[in-house]
Amino acid sequence: MTATIVLVGLAVGTYGLKAAAPVLLGGRPLPERLVRVAQLLPAALLGALVVVSTISDEAALQIDARLVGIGAAAVALWRKAPFVVVVLVAAAATAVARL
Amino acid sequence: MPFGVAFGIASADAGLEVWQASAYSLLVFAGGAQIAAVQVIGDGGTAVAAITAGLLLNLRSLAFGVVMAPDLTGPWWKRAALSQLMIDETTAVASAQRERRWRRYGYLWTGLVLFAVWNLTTLVGAAGLSSAGELVSTWGIDATIPAAFLALLWPRLSDDTQRRTALCGALIAGALIAVAPPGVPIVAAGLGVLAGWRRKPLGSAEPGSPDSDHADTARSCPRSPERSAR
Repeated sequence: MTATIVLVGLAVGTYGLKAAAPVLLGGRPLPERLVRVAQLLPAALLGALVVVSTISDEAALQIDARLVGIGAAAVALWRKAPFVVVVLVAAAATAVARL
Repeated sequence: MPFGVAFGIASADAGLEVWQASAYSLLVFAGGAQIAAVQVIGDGGTAVAAITAGLLLNLRSLAFGVVMAPDLTGPWWKRAALSQLMIDETTAVASAQRERRWRRYGYLWTGLVLFAVWNLTTLVGAAGLSSAGELVSTWGIDATIPAAFLALLWPRLSDDTQRRTALCGALIAGALIAVAPPGVPIVAAGLGVLAGWRRKPLGSAEPGSPDSDHADTARSCPRSPERSAR
């Protein structure tokens, strides 16, 4: 049920953000502060998401082999590996750590 | 875009049905926000927390819209339909073109191709994993989700302001995991923006990288010297 409510809310909200300027605003610029917030927010949230999805499970702190996986992913990214390789390396490293 | 597989995996991992995962990719069509929202759902967070996390991550679509609005002309229904394709990649491809005709063409075709690939790969990830069961943990598939987030974040980390902001967001979330309800650490991490507030000039992700906000900064911000040297 939650998944469906979120689907509707996120779809409507995201579409509103996408369409606001082309449909309503025309070419008018956004307030500079809003642009700045929009540019910085993804970094803050993605940083949080990396941490939460690495060291928690169902909202409780849980440190496990995923930590090895994210470390391996960081090395792969540093070596400029493409997305698919990064993800596979993370899974492989985690799997090996769990053996 | 194998990133769609990552979303499919994340949604199956969070307990979503395959049709729900597909509905997300059809109706929301915004990669990072979809994974963020199902992550919160999977952790047992409230709908409000999941929606807020996704929308905060998508606030940048508003800025993309401003960049693209002058090129997306025509009757309102056409502008409304084209708006669904407003993502990082379409905006980046379009704003790299000089002529309006090519900007429109680049926006539309990049959008349609990515929309098709995104939805197909979502299906592969969601359907593939829902039959995998126990293997998620054995094969380390659960680690692909943080890896996907890190890959999205990575291009931003070359900029000092973005790096500071990301670090601050990570610290806020890390501090709250054990004490706050699911989803709240992620939404609260939005305050990490304050860490990058005063520092100028604002850099951006590398052009052409997934989820880069290159497109809007290209027109609205002066480029930092370090960036233009790339």
